Amino acid sequence: MAVATAPSPPLEKYPAGSVEPVEPAGLDQPTWVVRREVLAELARDLRDHPETRFDLLLDLCGVDYPDREERFEAVYHLYSIPRGERLRLKVPVAEADPVLPSLVPVWKAANWFEREAFDLFGLRFDGHPNLSRILCHEGFQGHPLRKDYDPARRWILTEDKVYQPKFDLPPAGEDDMFERMVINLGPSHPATHGTFRVMAVLDGEVILASDVEIGYLHRCMEKMSETHTWQQVIPYTDRLNYCSSFINNVAYCRTVEKLLGVEAPPRAVWARTILSEFSRVMDHCVCNGATLVDVGALTNFWYYFQPREEIYGLLEACSGARLTVSYGRIGGLAQDLPPDFMERAWRLLEIIPPFVADVEKLVDKNRIFLDRAVGISAISGEEAVNWGWTGPCLRASGVGYDVRRAHPYDLYDTVDWEVPVLYGGDVYDRYRVRNAEIRQSLKIIRQLLERGMPEGPYIVDDPHVALPPKEACYNQMEALIYHFKLIMDGIQVPAGERYDMVEGANGELGFYIVSDGSSKPYRLKVRPPCFPIFSTFPTLIKGGTVSDMVATLGGLNVIAGELER
Amino acid sequence: MSHPTEVRPYRYTLAERLYLPLLAGLAVTMRHFLGNLFRRRKSYTIQYPEERRRYSHRYRGHHILTTRPDGSPRCVACFLCATACPADCIHIEAGEHPDENIEKYPVVYEIDMLRCIFCGYCVDACPEEAIIMSNNYDMAYFNRDQTIVGKADLMRPFTVDENQLGYRPVYPEEERQRAAMRREALDLVAAARRSGAGEQVEVG
Repeated sequence: MAVATAPSPPLEKYPAGSVEPVEPAGLDQPTWVVRREVLAELARDLRDHPETRFDLLLDLCGVDYPDREERFEAVYHLYSIPRGERLRLKVPVAEADPVLPSLVPVWKAANWFEREAFDLFGLRFDGHPNLSRILCHEGFQGHPLRKDYDPARRWILTEDKVYQPKFDLPPAGEDDMFERMVINLGPSHPATHGTFRVMAVLDGEVILASDVEIGYLHRCMEKMSETHTWQQVIPYTDRLNYCSSFINNVAYCRTVEKLLGVEAPPRAVWARTILSEFSRVMDHCVCNGATLVDVGALTNFWYYFQPREEIYGLLEACSGARLTVSYGRIGGLAQDLPPDFMERAWRLLEIIPPFVADVEKLVDKNRIFLDRAVGISAISGEEAVNWGWTGPCLRASGVGYDVRRAHPYDLYDTVDWEVPVLYGGDVYDRYRVRNAEIRQSLKIIRQLLERGMPEGPYIVDDPHVALPPKEACYNQMEALIYHFKLIMDGIQVPAGERYDMVEGANGELGFYIVSDGSSKPYRLKVRPPCFPIFSTFPTLIKGGTVSDMVATLGGLNVIAGELER
Repeated sequence: MSHPTEVRPYRYTLAERLYLPLLAGLAVTMRHFLGNLFRRRKSYTIQYPEERRRYSHRYRGHHILTTRPDGSPRCVACFLCATACPADCIHIEAGEHPDENIEKYPVVYEIDMLRCIFCGYCVDACPEEAIIMSNNYDMAYFNRDQTIVGKADLMRPFTVDENQLGYRPVYPEEERQRAAMRREALDLVAAARRSGAGEQVEVG
């Protein structure tokens, strides 16, 4: 990807000094420092100008630099799907007046991201429709990701202050068939697959308006990362999207490797690609299985869970755990692949397809399911992009953006596979896209297995990054010293910043990491794919019935661990 | 290239309107039903606790403190495991060892099992192979005090049986032998299947 040449919208109309490209030294993507006065106009230009077309707001986060005069920095990551280019905007604001213009009119995806930045950093967004806390409890005081916030601080939170839902209700009138009623779904409800709460105003069974409350599973993963060494963050990434935890490991390790300037050896890259694809299969199995359970088709759930069970067996043989694998390490893998890896993997390739085929026979043309799924919560590609969607849900709306194809990493550019795209944008097509992706994942794995396992080490041979082998550690003084140093001091990552992404099971999973050259991350921001997707939920279910709401929730594959971090 | 502004939902075929493909679906469930009934297929359900899942020799379960031949812990209280632990669940108090070649030993070595996330970093960190993991996964306690497991419990129950060992430093030769044994077992299962024995065999 070209770094130096930033795309050029008509910048001359902005006052001098208000938009300054940062020199590209050491940067992974074009970066501009923007004054907040011109941000709203610039954002609109960047989205609409034919030479830029940044149609996707990937991420928005705050970074706190207490030593600077303008203490906070709001960092926007933009992406242009048609042009395949990225851009980072940095907007510095002072602590005394941390106000920025809201970008919700430009990208609807900004809605929740701005609430998050408000919650965690205390940045305020002028013109935001509902600027309230999103991850922390309403009674929480202070802004936890500020550097002067003590991580050990605890609050007693009571029910006196709870989130007040904000409904975008039409005025009551003669259109109402029945008396209006508010219902509450969740946070502990079998259909919510996690812990989020949906409040909906009903007219009979039709949803007039709704609001969601999240944050029940917020465990300040980003703040904890700042108090742990680089290596210690890996188990925390497991718990993001726990249905496909290995992909999170890979995403994090790749980003840190880029910062360090090391590259994982071929054997590790090969294993990462295969196990990521198996994880994706597993994740899609869970999502489709759960969607089908929610609409009453329980059998399919068992059919999907059997291949998943087998994949867990393989992951356990590699890493020692089924769910939270922690198998990635910075620079490679935690251990070598087990000796019988090939046989097990080949066996999985035989086992999985019949089960998926069985589900398709049961469901794909079954009118009972079609009536529940076709046309339900449909969203067009244009809208979905504006809401910040990525991944299978976006590809079900007719936009074929896939990180593995647009910005190939690992071995994805060396294998032959397709990006399945459907155009219904509804629950049914989200389900079908996932099934098609399972097939493509298996196709990728088959080609890589045929190629054979590359010989060589499974982790880089660099004592500043990876622990020396145990035998060396027992027998050689030098190795033992490196071993001690690496564990006591941790990996020293050079100062810099990096946004790197992989295609997670739900969409683009990005890590934005700022390092100050120490043994701990200065700031780590996860770009969770289901966060912007779930922010669309109230819009999606508007006008549908309660049962549509449940079907929609399953098909979006919202994973609370990743949503709330 | 612009993104589609409208959706094109799936259109039902005539057969689908008439609910005909349901028959194919019924055939699938019948096949599974009969298959399970006469046990021709492998059932994925495990009748826990009578039956137990067999985990690999990398499973990260309950910790073990390994011992020297005289029964004292190999641990030299270097605190590497406690430093590497992301969950901060290991508590060590060091004391002076009577043998001056060893220097230190843990007077107290406690793991808080409620905090532990079983990531295996302590095993990776240990320079003495003094802490390893077993494949014991059912840890149940009656109260919170019991969940803080001390030296005696970590050393006692597992040190005998080779099959109970879990995550520990990997020695490739050992692993290869195990894989060969597993391969033999799989072949036996396959042979049994071919000869029509309907019995259930669990392969971990």
